[in-house]
Amino acid sequence: MARKNNRVVLGVVVVIGALVYFGFAGFQEGKAYYKTIEELHDMGDAAHDKRIRVAGTVSAGSIERDGTEITFRLEQNQLTLPVRYTGSSPVPDTFQDGAEALCDGKYLPDGTFDAKLIQAKCASKYEAEYGTKEAGQ
Amino acid sequence: MANFGNLSLTLAFTFAIYAVISLITGTKTGRRDLIKSGENAVYVYFALITSAVVGLLYLLVTSNFQIEYVASITNRDMPVYYKLAALWGGQAGSLLFWTWILATYAAIVTFRNRQRRTNLVPAAVGIMSMTTLFFLSLNVFAENPFSELAMSHAGLEEQLPFAPADGRGLNPLLQHPVMVIHPPILYLGYVGMVVPFAFAIAALITRELGNAWITLIRRWTLIAWGLLGFGIILGGKWAYMELGWGGYWAWDPVENASLMPWLTATAFLHSVIVQEKKNMLKVWNVTLIIATYLLVIFGTFLTRSGVVSSVHAFAQSSIGSFFVSYIAIAGGLCVWLVFSRLEYLKSENELDSVVSRESGFLFNNLVFLGACFAVLWGTVFPVISEAIQGEKISVGAPFFNKINIPVGLFLLFLTGVGPLLAWRKTSPRSLKKNFLWPMAVAMVAAAILFATGVSGFYPLVSFLLCVFVTATIFVEFFRGIRARMRAHGEMLHHAFLRLIGKNKRRYGGYIVHFAIVLIFIGFTGNAFNRETKGEVTEGDTISLGAYELRCEQIEEGETPNYTYIVATLSATKNGKPMGTLVPEKRFYHASEQGTSEVALRSNLAEDLYVVFAGVNEDNNRAVIQIFLNPLVAWVWIGTIVMIVGTVVAILPDGRDVRIQRRKRALEKLLRASEKI
Repeated sequence: MARKNNRVVLGVVVVIGALVYFGFAGFQEGKAYYKTIEELHDMGDAAHDKRIRVAGTVSAGSIERDGTEITFRLEQNQLTLPVRYTGSSPVPDTFQDGAEALCDGKYLPDGTFDAKLIQAKCASKYEAEYGTKEAGQ
Repeated sequence: MANFGNLSLTLAFTFAIYAVISLITGTKTGRRDLIKSGENAVYVYFALITSAVVGLLYLLVTSNFQIEYVASITNRDMPVYYKLAALWGGQAGSLLFWTWILATYAAIVTFRNRQRRTNLVPAAVGIMSMTTLFFLSLNVFAENPFSELAMSHAGLEEQLPFAPADGRGLNPLLQHPVMVIHPPILYLGYVGMVVPFAFAIAALITRELGNAWITLIRRWTLIAWGLLGFGIILGGKWAYMELGWGGYWAWDPVENASLMPWLTATAFLHSVIVQEKKNMLKVWNVTLIIATYLLVIFGTFLTRSGVVSSVHAFAQSSIGSFFVSYIAIAGGLCVWLVFSRLEYLKSENELDSVVSRESGFLFNNLVFLGACFAVLWGTVFPVISEAIQGEKISVGAPFFNKINIPVGLFLLFLTGVGPLLAWRKTSPRSLKKNFLWPMAVAMVAAAILFATGVSGFYPLVSFLLCVFVTATIFVEFFRGIRARMRAHGEMLHHAFLRLIGKNKRRYGGYIVHFAIVLIFIGFTGNAFNRETKGEVTEGDTISLGAYELRCEQIEEGETPNYTYIVATLSATKNGKPMGTLVPEKRFYHASEQGTSEVALRSNLAEDLYVVFAGVNEDNNRAVIQIFLNPLVAWVWIGTIVMIVGTVVAILPDGRDVRIQRRKRALEKLLRASEKI
């Protein structure tokens, strides 16, 4: 009886051990550091060997498509960061001038950001829009 | 109309307070009059919230832009059905919708059990009303959908109401037919989980911790579970059709928020069987359903507060503190309740063997919970790491896949093995009898796949398990049908239907298990996805695999709602023409946002998925991206089979119906005799 229960406990330990192992390995593989553009500039060489996520606003008129690559500038607190998107998925539809974008990738030593993944939220220009309409009324 | 809505909500709020107090004190003191009056208050707040919803729908359809919500989420040129769907298109409206669904559930539970003389039902409705009260407080005080737009004017102290000429429009990504049904179905499932939770808490409060509450909630849990699963996959379908990145699941926080309670609810559905049959795992079961409830509230918090960044572009909001306090208080109360009732929750049996149905369920639960914990951990890790280390770290898709692929495969294995293990202890002879043939067939199938060039450890294991599980289910049906044909001399199809009909719960479960196999076939297809992209202009071709696309025309145009650019591509497969594909890119005026309309050719083997990715401004050539996604259709087919299986499991058994009929006749007789 006790021996049989031991086997159940052993099974449970093996399953939990496997979960922890996969979790840890997945974490090492997938982790990315959120940084502001300012922090990125201050990090020096330490910035180049990590996966980084950086957020900001897409500068108006900066989006250029060259073949299947997209380059643009990301703005945050008056600082800008040139980004080159080389990921395989199409960029989201919400990615456009003035959108809030989150870029996931590597900060290259030449000062550009090599993004493999982009998430974007559409800009909320909306309150300003009411203001202008009201002025015209 | 806005005043009417506001008044309805405020009144509903007071009635909900009254319902909570009178139902809980009524059950505690056993006063039927208090319970009766509390139940009537439930009907009243349900009617009031319904009229608030109708009021908001009226404002949406009539485009009353003086209402902030209406102006922020609709515009004049939108079709009526999208104006109606805007009820759940934004923050304030969807929270009201949440409240309304919950109130509807509370009213139905009250009505269906009105004859039942048990304290469980009023206590459970009291708990549901408490949740309703929390969401009503959000509707009234934090995210009121009826608040009006106001502007300050030069020289005036007070703000004056105003209405913009047109609204901002529903996010065009949400203007998709699936989006009209995905949120309601997901919400019905999500909110439906409150029902089993409320009964569990009612059982704890009233100390009626026998099997009564479990019998009462069986169907409710299945309904909520089925709708939640269907809603989650519809969300995936929408993402696949509308977001244009070629996939249907991205481990986005919002997707995770809906997956987590589904995982714990699935664990609950299984472990509750152990309690029914063996009176074991009682603490575990109440804990699982409490966890499901807290995850539902937490998921709503994740989606609605903007605490983690997500593709679902809901506004940052102040309602976070409401949610955090509610989760803390409700969680604390639940833990206290479970601890104070531990003596009533003692297990009446012990685990005898590692190869038994019980331990099959144990591992099933362990792994479901492990998966849920991993998803939770990965979702909130950016927030945790920032709080502890001061450095925000996200884990991303590799983390979720690394842990959930093996977890999913292990669960698939249990799907095949679990139902055929005997309770208490399974003999080696029965193991051999049940599993020899399915395992042999699966091995042969895997060997054939390997020989025909399918490589990769996970895909092979997955296909092997799919065949194995299908074979075990087939054997179960085969044995049952053969027994019926021999015993009753029935025809094959007759025996098949009778077999299911006589034990709907068991065979409904098998059908759901088979659906899971089909869905896993679809998931495994992901391992073989291919893609390419290229710039084209009229006359150019682009090819992937057996497919070749030739650009015939690129055309721009305009409708009242949006401007568009569309490519007409004639497609061939192995040189045979297969018609034209027209991927499109749209830009909506009101919301100043673009969307991609994917062109899709789907068959059982693979999906050809074509996206108009953009235009290169230097040379005006269209950027076309092609995905070749094998086996995706099986995810949608499996979903339909899953719904069928769930419905079969929910249908009343013949026996139940007879018992009910007799019961009703008896009650009628009793009432008649009371009159005399």
